Amino acid sequence: MSRAARAAALLLALLLACARDAAAQPLVADLSSHEISITTGFSGTELLLFGATEGEGDIVVVVRGPAGPATVRRKSRVLGIWINTDSVRFEGVPSFYRVASSRPLDQVGTPGMRQRHQIGVGAVSARPPEGTSPERLAEFRDGLVRAKLREGLWNDVPGQVSFMGPKLFRTTISFPPNVPTGIYNVEVFLVKDGREIGAQTAPMRVKKTGIGARIYDFAHRHAAAHGLVAVLIALAAGWAASAAFRRS
Amino acid sequence: MQIYLPVAELSANWLLLLGLGGGVGLLSGLFGVGGGFLMTPLLIFIGVPPAIAVGSEAAQIVGASVSGALAHWRRNNVDFRMGFVLLAGGLFGSTIGVQVFALLRKAGQVELIIALAYVVILGAIGSLMLAESVRAMRRQRLTGSTRRGKLHQHTWLHGLPLKMRFPKSKLYISALLPFAVGAFVGLLAALMGVGGGFIMVPAMIYLLGMPTSVVVGTSLFQIVFVTANVTFLQAWQNQTVDMVLAVLLLVGGVVGAQFGARLGQKLRGEQLRGLMALLVLGVAIKLAVDLVVTPQDAFSLGGGRAH
Repeated sequence: MSRAARAAALLLALLLACARDAAAQPLVADLSSHEISITTGFSGTELLLFGATEGEGDIVVVVRGPAGPATVRRKSRVLGIWINTDSVRFEGVPSFYRVASSRPLDQVGTPGMRQRHQIGVGAVSARPPEGTSPERLAEFRDGLVRAKLREGLWNDVPGQVSFMGPKLFRTTISFPPNVPTGIYNVEVFLVKDGREIGAQTAPMRVKKTGIGARIYDFAHRHAAAHGLVAVLIALAAGWAASAAFRRS
Repeated sequence: MQIYLPVAELSANWLLLLGLGGGVGLLSGLFGVGGGFLMTPLLIFIGVPPAIAVGSEAAQIVGASVSGALAHWRRNNVDFRMGFVLLAGGLFGSTIGVQVFALLRKAGQVELIIALAYVVILGAIGSLMLAESVRAMRRQRLTGSTRRGKLHQHTWLHGLPLKMRFPKSKLYISALLPFAVGAFVGLLAALMGVGGGFIMVPAMIYLLGMPTSVVVGTSLFQIVFVTANVTFLQAWQNQTVDMVLAVLLLVGGVVGAQFGARLGQKLRGEQLRGLMALLVLGVAIKLAVDLVVTPQDAFSLGGGRAH
């Protein structure tokens, strides 16, 4: 509760500040926090995005996680069982994607603008290998989107950006427990009459902290040593657990 | 109740994991098996990536087997000479297995091979066990007592070269035989995340002809070292060992196994083996159905995360 109260107080203070600044800039926005820490008890979190606009328009928020390659595989039936038989490797695919808007996406801006700013799950970047036929590309791209939606890492139903009065807006962005680590990019657009009249970006970071982060680092940077330690821990834990049980 | 598994990179309910460890531990204490062949599929069913399930389960088996192996050593129930030959094979087989595992992972086929290996091995073992226990129950009804068939039969296997004496097991057989058994079980340990006792024990009794008194101790001795090798290599080459997961399963498993062993003393052997066979067949059938049924979506994101 205290966290919510603090966030609310922060929100109020920043909103007032934003409202004053908004006279000069068409759009001001910020996040309740610029860092998400994945601790041992992490089970997902939410961030609050809030801001103020000068004049009317629609607000669209796009959050993208670090981009990288993604291999999409297709199963087909071979001798009665389902086997991965085909794959396409996309480049530059955001590991995480969230979009939120004050109105349904197809009523905001133009298709060209939405494509340019990766607004809507159909516009998220994913570069296929050269020479991929259009039908194949469409199939695998749809497959990629469905897989990302299943993992809860992308969303296709935009979140709601709500206005409080004519100028102040807010939305919440949810991050699932499997949120990828890295530098995130949060973009806020102010759109009016099919044109973007203001934009603001804010970086954000998701990182592992505490013992979990150390274990992960150790497992990846010193893999052989981690293997040895894993064996020793298993031996010690197994011996200790049964010794403890024998005594009691 | 959520705990973040740092290497698996997902958060899971730690009570569920403890309970899973306890439940499988109970069954393994009851039936006198390691339980890896149940735990790995269960982990996959609850959403742990198969590669992490296999790697972490290997670490869990190291811990689960070590106290049993020590106890048998103290009671002088380990044929070390046989154990070392089996172990040499096991290290050979498991090292190859981990390389094969890495290649399969790259090719996006590791889940398929894990599932196929489970279906084939569990299907075969389950059917054999079921047939055996039904026969035993019937025989008991006819004669009123259980009798064993002849243990030691001479076949072409006894004509193989590199004969070695195993005084403790009272055997004079080719060292190639236990080496091959060890290698096969080691390969399965790496690919399936199992200790392989459910194959090793029958192979020792029926194929090698070892006396039952040293079978369990020798097999546990070999399992500790082979699964330790698998844990080390999976952690080193594939980074698929999550120790938080392994320790949670281990603690649950050790406690469960103690209760299972007590419960087991109250039940009859043939019935136990029959139940066990049904359980093994159940897991095999579930995995087989998953392979055959049309998936909800033919497309999936595969093989290695993008960092």
